[in-house]
Amino acid sequence: MADLASKLPLAPAPLVPEQLEQGSSLWSDAWARLRKNRLALGSLFVFILICLFCVVGPWLSPYDSQTQNLFGGAEAPSAKHWFGTDTLGRDLMVRVMEGGRISLLVGLVATGVSLLIGVIYGATAGYVGGKVDAAMMRFVDLLYALPFTIFVILLMVAFGRSLWLMFIAIGCVEWLTMARIVRAGVIDLKKQEFVEAAVSLGLSNRRIILRHLIPNVLGPVIVIATLTVPAVMLLEAFLSFLGLGVQPPDASWGVLINEGQQNMEIFAWLLIFPAFFFALTLFCLNFLGDGLRDALDPKSAGD
Amino acid sequence: MIAAMMISKATRFFRGALATLCCSLLLACGGPTEADRAVEEGILLIGNGSEPKGLDPHLVTGVPESQLLRALMEGLVAPDPVDDLAPAPAMAESWESNADFTVWTFTLREAKWTNGDPVTAGDFVYSWQRILSPALGAEYAEMLYVIRGAEDFHAGRTTDFGQVGVRAIDDRTLEVTLEGPTPHFLGMLMHTSFLPVNPRAVEEHGGMTDRQSGWSTLENYVSNGPFKLKAWVTNQVIEVERNPDYWDAATVQLNGIRFFPIDNVGTEEAMFRDGRLHLTNTVSPDKIPSFRQEMPDQLRIEPYLGSYFYRINTTRPPFDDVRVRRALALSIDKQLLVDRVTQGGQAPATGFTPSGIAGYPASTAVQYNPEEAKRLLAEAGYPDGRGFPSAEILINTSESHRKIAQALQAMWKEKLGIDVGIYNQEWKVYLDSQSQLDYDISRAGWIGDYVHPTSFLDIFTTGNGNNDTGWSNPAYDALIRRARVAPNEAERMQLLQQAEAMLLGDMPIIPIYWYTRVYLKDPRVQGWEPKLLDNHPFKYVSLRAG
Amino acid sequence: MLKFIALRLLQGVLVLLAIYAATFFLVAMTPGSPFSSERAIRPEILAQIEAFYGYDKPALERFWVALVNMLQGEFGPSAVYANRSVTAIIGEAFPVSLHLGGMALLIALGLGIPAGIVAAVRRNTWLDYVPMSAAMVGICLPSFVMGPLLALIFGITLRWLPVAGWFGPDYWILPAATLGLVYAAYFARLTRGGMLEMLNQDWVRTARAKGVPERRIIFRHCLKGGLIPAITFLGPALAGIISGSFVVETIFQVPGLGQWFVRGALNRDDFLILGLTLLFAALIVVMNLLVDIAQVALNPRLKHG
Repeated sequence: MADLASKLPLAPAPLVPEQLEQGSSLWSDAWARLRKNRLALGSLFVFILICLFCVVGPWLSPYDSQTQNLFGGAEAPSAKHWFGTDTLGRDLMVRVMEGGRISLLVGLVATGVSLLIGVIYGATAGYVGGKVDAAMMRFVDLLYALPFTIFVILLMVAFGRSLWLMFIAIGCVEWLTMARIVRAGVIDLKKQEFVEAAVSLGLSNRRIILRHLIPNVLGPVIVIATLTVPAVMLLEAFLSFLGLGVQPPDASWGVLINEGQQNMEIFAWLLIFPAFFFALTLFCLNFLGDGLRDALDPKSAGD
Repeated sequence: MIAAMMISKATRFFRGALATLCCSLLLACGGPTEADRAVEEGILLIGNGSEPKGLDPHLVTGVPESQLLRALMEGLVAPDPVDDLAPAPAMAESWESNADFTVWTFTLREAKWTNGDPVTAGDFVYSWQRILSPALGAEYAEMLYVIRGAEDFHAGRTTDFGQVGVRAIDDRTLEVTLEGPTPHFLGMLMHTSFLPVNPRAVEEHGGMTDRQSGWSTLENYVSNGPFKLKAWVTNQVIEVERNPDYWDAATVQLNGIRFFPIDNVGTEEAMFRDGRLHLTNTVSPDKIPSFRQEMPDQLRIEPYLGSYFYRINTTRPPFDDVRVRRALALSIDKQLLVDRVTQGGQAPATGFTPSGIAGYPASTAVQYNPEEAKRLLAEAGYPDGRGFPSAEILINTSESHRKIAQALQAMWKEKLGIDVGIYNQEWKVYLDSQSQLDYDISRAGWIGDYVHPTSFLDIFTTGNGNNDTGWSNPAYDALIRRARVAPNEAERMQLLQQAEAMLLGDMPIIPIYWYTRVYLKDPRVQGWEPKLLDNHPFKYVSLRAG
Repeated sequence: MLKFIALRLLQGVLVLLAIYAATFFLVAMTPGSPFSSERAIRPEILAQIEAFYGYDKPALERFWVALVNMLQGEFGPSAVYANRSVTAIIGEAFPVSLHLGGMALLIALGLGIPAGIVAAVRRNTWLDYVPMSAAMVGICLPSFVMGPLLALIFGITLRWLPVAGWFGPDYWILPAATLGLVYAAYFARLTRGGMLEMLNQDWVRTARAKGVPERRIIFRHCLKGGLIPAITFLGPALAGIISGSFVVETIFQVPGLGQWFVRGALNRDDFLILGLTLLFAALIVVMNLLVDIAQVALNPRLKHG
């Protein structure tokens, strides 16, 4: 980045307890730093455009995603259908938009769920340590080792089919890695001076975890969260493939990509458009995540 | 400079990797393909669906297993390479029946098992007793119910196999007495469930009724067909080689066959195009039009004795109303569906039993008639679909079933104004739902076991385990029963046609299309002709070089 | 350290038992049976088959029988594949999975970690952007797209490599690459993140100011800590590579465990599922233990475990 050189080196994080309690300045500083990162801002902008495209797009399009034109079949992109049509003659652009709604919803909500569970769980385990930590981490091992296919089929049968079930199923699987990474980070951090300072000041455990530890492990958490979103989106396609989750005629990006790859030589557009939006979204989330990490970690903004 | 060092390190790594890659590439590229080499060696390479669950003819039920057994084993009669009805002599060199086709006498030829034992009439008695033994739990034993007393023995009502109508008069003469007149008995005999097994091998490994008997493993397998088992690498390949002791070894032209268990259609197609297969098991429907253009000499589309249909749960309102069922059936533009969605040259089904069975013209009762459908739906109390309760189509998870369901969903919305959902279930859950009548409309398919309408119409009799629609009509059952004992074939066909007309009038099912077999075939494969049951005898197949 | 390992192993055994019990009852509760098929079977016959495999007994009794058998090292027969014991299936498929997984992991680490380090050291230059963008493409392209794409390019179009099968070294390249590239992308991102974290520490600045050579800072001081996120990910990655290679195994016709795992679940082949789950679980327990040991070795502050 060109403007990095002009940046003033920032002071390292202060270790004064009163300032530690003032989280707000941390976030406003972060926003100021984020604004200077053009790549991250650009990504945010593109991501918002994609969201608008998916959310608003279907209302503006002259087509609806269900109308079939069996006589037409799969048509290449044209002035009439900008993204072409699928093998049942449905306008692909609308399907990509509506697929995006589902994929974004699944990606964001399930990542949110996994973030919430994973961070709280991992931070608690890492901070409390000892037997509690060991027990909590063995529980994570246990869940890691459970066969996912069986787990999902059972969930599907026991609770029926719904999008919410998918959030739970994915959330339940994806928080594990998050929890382990947060735990490692917290164990690392809690030996550092400022936490010991906070402990010696007699702050409650809950307060220390929420106000001090979690903000400080946010960097790795954001990195893993940006990696979780694509994983969630892929997992969602796998789930739909198994019969859980998105039901036809609705389709997520994962489902569209899966359909597209089966015919990639003949109807390349069926793969290219959903894959492009999928990839672009992930690129944006990724650069945004990097930018956020730089912004949130005062130490990393230097150089 | 540290970065520079790392770059050079990385570059070196990449160069090394690239060099290794190129070496292996040079070794691999150019020259004849696997398929070319196999033609030289006289070995057929064939895509065979999935890993076989076993090779015991009495316990297997799947298509991949039947295909393998056609190479390894031979029954009294075998499929003809071209004709669907006339069986070719096999273990039996000749046969005759009495005038009403209830007693059949087979004269066996001199033939040998691969362990040196002669094939005798007693082997068939032993084999049929084995498959009918309740303790073995053979899924396909019902095929043998055509034999007198077989059902009683299988159901455990008698334990004396002497009561069953199978008798070895001497080593080379087998007499079979049937429940009723069955002129198509020879056709049924081609089914895997009638194949013999070698009694000595079975007894040596666990005995007659052991499901996990070790006789059918690679090491212990004993067969009597044109080929014998040579290698079996799980999930990779099963190889068979020419059996020199086969009675008709002179006719066999291939030196061997390699069966590849390939689940994934895309993989199979890639292997065919990469010159690793002579025959594929199937083709992805979306690709048929492009294959038709680009490789017309390799794409094969042939009629297949199967019916694709939707079951309707007649115990659930509004589907308990025949007018609703008929409205659903008449509003489907099946021609459009097969032309645009399935695309494999399937025939729009105007009845349940597929066309192509000699002496049984297929029903034309179910035609596309949207106006009539609309009228019927209005009559049932849902004019233009108003007030129609929510309903769902149950499918098992598969891309092609989903596409068909989506097309029907759109047709019903357009023509009838009703909204129907689609939900897919994983295979075993779907089977459970269907057999417990826990569905509204359910996708189904039925493949004939032998070329005769009874193979189709039997399943909708009351209490049949495959009915799964809740539909029951005593008049229909009576017609089927009368057809079983009809004195001659013409009258039997007549009765069966009446039964089918009754079935289609009540419409517990919606016929959609009649199957075709669509696959890719290397033009060098000879002697592989269209067969309604897809039962190609391997002994007539050859490979022509060049 | 030894006490720590022994304790963890003991915990591991308990975890395995818990998983065994959980899986058993999960499978028992799932609808569908290994013997249901499209063609209905007469109830009397079904009863015979179920009796043969012990399905006629109550679930709790079967659980104990299975558990006792398992403790004696006998996983039982497959209910679907004739003449195959679960032990034999694992014996055949596991070496293939290890082979494929090992090569994939080599590719993942060999590409991912150097790329991540270079990207972190040369942050915000093309040496950062190019590998990281490539990594993102790797992450964004699901293996069911990457696999057929590689097969199309290197197999069908260029005719350099076989498109499917597992018959020799040239057959290994495409599946291992497909499986490895995705994980390479993850490792690159995690390594880059971890390295940046370390490079931005105050003492690095101090060390630089004192004139410590850059190479020494990176390799002697930052590398250990910077690799922690990647190492933490190694456990799940290896488990995923070995067991989760179902898609790759299907696309490239590789006779590994992944295919059996999914097939077992779809067939409700419960002894097979139990055996594979247990193997999978044991692998994860061991991997996690190794990862924890590695973490302690790399970061002395973690000593307490």
